[in-house]
Amino acid sequence: MIEVVGLTRKYGSFTAVDDVSFVCQPGRVTGFLGPNGAGKTTTMRVMVGLTPATAGRVTIGGHVYQDIPNPGRHVGVLLDASAQHAGRTGREILEIGARTMGLPDSRIDEMIELVSLTPQEAKRRLRNYSLGMKQRLGIAHALLGDPSVLILDEPANGLDPAGIRWMRGLLRGYAERGGTVLLSSHLLHEVEQIADEMILIGNGRIVAQGDKKTLLAGAAKGIATTFVTALDNPALAAALSAKGITVASAGDGLRVEAEAVEVGRTALEATVVLTDLRSADGGLEDLFLELTADTQRETVV
Amino acid sequence: MSTVTVPTMDISGTAPTPFLRLVRVEARKAYDTRAGFWLLVSTALLCAIVMVIQMAIGVSQDDVFLSYNSFLTSTNFSIAILLPVIGIMLLTSEWSQRTAMVSFSLEPRRPRVIVAKLVVGLVLAVIAVVIALLLATICNALYSVLSDDPTVWNASVAHTAGFLLLQVVGMLTGFAFAALLLNTPAAIVIYMVYSFVLPGLFELGAQLMDWFDKIRPWIDFNYAQGPLVDATMTGKDWAYFATSGFIWLVVPLVIGFSRVLRAEVK
Ligand SMILES: Nc1ncnc2c1ncn2[C@@H]1O[C@H](COP(=O)(O)OP(=O)(O)O)[C@@H](O)[C@H]1O
Ligand SMILES: [Mg+2]
Repeated sequence: MIEVVGLTRKYGSFTAVDDVSFVCQPGRVTGFLGPNGAGKTTTMRVMVGLTPATAGRVTIGGHVYQDIPNPGRHVGVLLDASAQHAGRTGREILEIGARTMGLPDSRIDEMIELVSLTPQEAKRRLRNYSLGMKQRLGIAHALLGDPSVLILDEPANGLDPAGIRWMRGLLRGYAERGGTVLLSSHLLHEVEQIADEMILIGNGRIVAQGDKKTLLAGAAKGIATTFVTALDNPALAAALSAKGITVASAGDGLRVEAEAVEVGRTALEATVVLTDLRSADGGLEDLFLELTADTQRETVV
Repeated sequence: MSTVTVPTMDISGTAPTPFLRLVRVEARKAYDTRAGFWLLVSTALLCAIVMVIQMAIGVSQDDVFLSYNSFLTSTNFSIAILLPVIGIMLLTSEWSQRTAMVSFSLEPRRPRVIVAKLVVGLVLAVIAVVIALLLATICNALYSVLSDDPTVWNASVAHTAGFLLLQVVGMLTGFAFAALLLNTPAAIVIYMVYSFVLPGLFELGAQLMDWFDKIRPWIDFNYAQGPLVDATMTGKDWAYFATSGFIWLVVPLVIGFSRVLRAEVK
C-alpha cells in the first residue's frame, strides 16, 4: 500500500535519507526500526508531503499524498504528538481534525473512548498532558477519519507498559481488518512483538528488511546460544566440552554455543538434572546492533 | 527487486475538502485559544476605550470639537494597530505551536489553507470596521448630548470605503510580513518598524534630499494611504497607492506565499 522508491533527502551535503526503497503491505504491520537520527522521521515526513524529497518518490495506494482528496479519510498520520496547540483541550484538537475532515462529532467521542482517555482528561489542555496521553490523543487523531493506512512515528514513546500492550492489540486488530500500518521505533522489543515485517535503517540507509525469520536466517553467521542451569553444572559442562561444544559459565548456570535441543540431549546422556533451559533470544537484538553498528553513538562491545 | 505488487487505494469516492469548510475551521482556530480570543476581544475593547477617552476630552475641554470622523480617526490607536497583529497571528501561530504539521497533512494543498486564513483575516477586518463604525456612531451621539458643540455627522460613502480599505490593507500587510518571516515576534517587530519608524525615516530623507522627496510617494505606502483617511484620493494618489502597495504588500505576500508553499514544516 505504501511504496517508497529510491527516496533520498539531503540537507546541504548531509544525506539524512539515502536511496531508501521499501513496501508496506495491507494486512500487515511494518516496523521501521533504527537508532536515533537514522532517518525514520524524515522518511515518514516525505511520505505525507511535509518534507520535499531530494530524489525518489513515495506513493500511498498508488497515489502521491498531495493528490489524495481529504487525505485524513485515507491515511492516518501521527508524526509528533506534541505538535498541537498547547492551549487547546484534547477534545478541541480532535474537533478541529473532525471538522476539517467533515466528520460528525460522535466520531470524536468514539476515538476518545477507543484510546482510553477519560472525558475529564479530554477536557484538559494539551500542555497538561503527559507524553503518554499526548500519544493516545495523537493515535485518536490519526484514526479519526477511519483511514486504511496508518503512519505512526514512535507512537510507543512515553506509553506505559500497559499502554504499549494496548497499542499492540489495537494495531494488530487494525491490520487484521486489512489496514496497512507503518510504525517506527528505535527500540527493537517495541517493534518485534507487533511487526510482521521489519525494515532496519541506519545512517539513512536500509540495512535489512523482511520478516523476523528471514532476518534471522539472513544473519546465519549468528551461532545459536543457549542458557542452561543444572543441579550439577560442572558435570554438564564437562559432558558438553567432551562433545566439542563451547561452554562458559554465566550467572547461576552456563552459556552454551549450541541449540537448546543439543544441550538437552547431552544432559539426558549425562543424566544431569536441568532446572532451566532456554535459547538466548538476543538473535534479533544482536543483529540490530550489528547491522547498525557504524551508526550507533555507543560502540557495541 | 520491487516485483511485489502494491495494492492501490480507491480514492474516487472521496470529495476534496470544500474550501468553505477550511475557512470555517480556520475561523474557529482564530478564536478558540485564549491568546486568539483575547486578542480579538482586546481589539474591540481598545477601540471602545480610545473613543470614550476621546469623548471625555471633547466634553470636558471647550476648545476641542469632535465629529463622527474624528471618532473614526481615533481607531489609528486601536484597530489600526491590532488588526495587523491579528493578521500576523493567524499565520505565525501555526508555526509557533507547530500545528502547521497537522493542518498541512490534513490539507496538503497548502495554498487552500493559506487562502482560507486570508479570507478569515478579511472577514475579521470587516467585522472590526463594522464595530468601529457602530462605536463612532454611539460616541458621536453621546457627544452631541453631553457637550454644547454642534453635532457633525460627516460620514460619507467615500470616507467609509476609504476606512474599510485602510483596515483591510493593514490586515494584509501584517499577513504578508507573517508569511515572509513565519515567526510571531519577528513579524510584529518588523511590522511596527514599518509603520512607526519607517515613516519618520522617509520624512527625514525627503527633507534632506530633493530626489528622494520626488520618489517618496511612489515607495512610501504609509504616506500613500494618507489621502484615504480624508477621502481625498486623486488619480495620482491612486497611482502612488498602487505602486507603493505593490512594493510593501504584493511583493512580500508573493514571496511569503511561495515560502510557505515550499517550507519544510517542522
Ligand atoms: N532540517 C534539517 N536540517 C538538517 N538536518 C536535519 C534536518 N532534519 C533532520 N535532519 C537530520 O537528519 C537525520 C535524520 O533525522 P530523523 O529522520 O529525524 O531521524 P530519526 O527519526 O530516525 O531519529 C538526523 O541526523 C537529523 O539531524
Ligand atoms: Mg524520529
